[in-house]
Amino acid sequence: MSPVLFNLLLQSIWETVVMTLASGVISFVAGLPLALILVATDRGGIAENFAVNRALGWVINGFRSVPFIILLVALIPLTRLIVGTSLGTAAAIVPLAIAAAPYYARVAEVSLREVDPGLIEAARAMGGNRWTIVREVLVPEALPGIVAGFTVTLVTLVGASAMAGAIGAGGLGDLAIRYGYQRFETGVMIAVVAVLIVLVSGIQWLGDRLVARLDHRG
Amino acid sequence: MTGRNVNSQPSATAFEVVDPATGAPDAPVVALSGVSRSFGATRALDDLSLTVRRGEILGIIGRSGAGKSTLIRCLNGLERPDSGRIEIEGRDIVGLSEGELQPIRRKIGMIFQHFNLMSAKTVVDNVALPLKIAGWTKADRRTRALELLDLVGLSDKADSYPSALSGGQKQRVGIARALSARPALLLSDEATSALDPETTRSILTLLKDINRKLGVTVVLITHEMEVVRTIGDRVAVLEAGRIVEEGEVWHVFSDPKTELTQSLLSGVRPQLPAHIASRLSPDGRETVLGVDLTDPALGDGLFADILAHLPPSAHFLHGGVDHIHDQPVARFFLTIPREPASLVDQVAAYLRSINARVEVLGHVSRPV
Repeated sequence: MSPVLFNLLLQSIWETVVMTLASGVISFVAGLPLALILVATDRGGIAENFAVNRALGWVINGFRSVPFIILLVALIPLTRLIVGTSLGTAAAIVPLAIAAAPYYARVAEVSLREVDPGLIEAARAMGGNRWTIVREVLVPEALPGIVAGFTVTLVTLVGASAMAGAIGAGGLGDLAIRYGYQRFETGVMIAVVAVLIVLVSGIQWLGDRLVARLDHRG
Repeated sequence: MTGRNVNSQPSATAFEVVDPATGAPDAPVVALSGVSRSFGATRALDDLSLTVRRGEILGIIGRSGAGKSTLIRCLNGLERPDSGRIEIEGRDIVGLSEGELQPIRRKIGMIFQHFNLMSAKTVVDNVALPLKIAGWTKADRRTRALELLDLVGLSDKADSYPSALSGGQKQRVGIARALSARPALLLSDEATSALDPETTRSILTLLKDINRKLGVTVVLITHEMEVVRTIGDRVAVLEAGRIVEEGEVWHVFSDPKTELTQSLLSGVRPQLPAHIASRLSPDGRETVLGVDLTDPALGDGLFADILAHLPPSAHFLHGGVDHIHDQPVARFFLTIPREPASLVDQVAAYLRSINARVEVLGHVSRPV
């Protein structure tokens, strides 16, 4: 591989990492509250409210129904509004985050639902309010699942960011298509795949270690 | 760890008696009147009235589905009745909002069948959680939580996670947590039902100790008569959402009025042995008598007197003297020959003269 291609590879790795991490953080910050609202407003939840629960459920399902490649194009006007351009790495973060937040909300929702209702009852019996229940029971008790779910979301985002190459976002996917595929640079293709394997394995390994440290359920 | 063993001896100041200013000593801690609660077509509580006296341990016993869980959850507002009054320290809590109930719940401790400890918090943080909710500072919370862990004998487990504890230890943590905010009332929801008999005894002893030392009023629900018998001062028997029998534990045990109570008591009171009960018939040469007697003199030789008064042809089948708290209670079964007919009458008359209840259960063909 030539030095030029090697520099391109390094740049692409950086772009992929930035896209994945930035959209991952945004989807976590947006998705976890959405998950909490879904669980709290559901039947028997700590803030039962069917209207909110239904409406939010529909919105989340709606976003999750749209294939990412279509969402990428459909969101171009919004991306322009937020970032000022629809091209490049920063522009790709908008559709990536908007696709990943509802996905992560559903993943985190599953973990929150698994919290033993007896623990919520114990917190209520102590005189705790809803916020106490969220802060002292729901989030800490579901934390291993919340982190495991975030790991899965990050890995999914690594894959999705490759598609964002379609709007000129750069990154490893873009490099593999333009150089590895269209210019028959097999070396680039192999290098990209190898880097992606290392990246995904690294994220999974870190996530698993963190979950093991957080999980005291025995 | 600093301060972990500072209070290795429970100190008098750390566990003061509940503030008497919260109510007159004879005012009931809890008073329910006409409380009803339905779930669909099922009446879980049916026009139920009950008072809990200050400082007592009240056992509420019933079969599953009798409404026990609904009843105890009504006492701290986790469950709302459809109608009726629930007074806690003289204040009706029915109709209060969730926000108004929260400060009241902080003064009511609760322990659970499945402990309900937070798996993500250490033991000391679990015990300190009610204090965090009540707004205590971090340092005060830890000091108080360690005092409580000392009280329940788990100081060395302060920084462990609940998953490292046995069932009995978990319930001790549950008790420490329930007491940390100095409640006047402790609710126990089948707290020993998930524990083995030996651990159950140690948890019950702890609850009794706490009741004596701290003056905390305890309401416990259970389906096990043994629990009520071991620590209850009074017992209320619940069936289909109503209290069908209520009284001092020794009194209800020695003279159960309802069939349900008799059946619930069958495991902890002497019963006519099954092989004899199956042979009872209207005719036969031997009369089988069941005798119940409660008298403080039983422990001082009265029982020996009773035995001395029996004719030589009488057979003592089963039973004896038991003690419920400090109250001796006798229950036993005899056979007496049917001929001469006066013999049974003589024995029964003597037993009734010492205030025993005598019941002719039937006859068997020959002495057992």
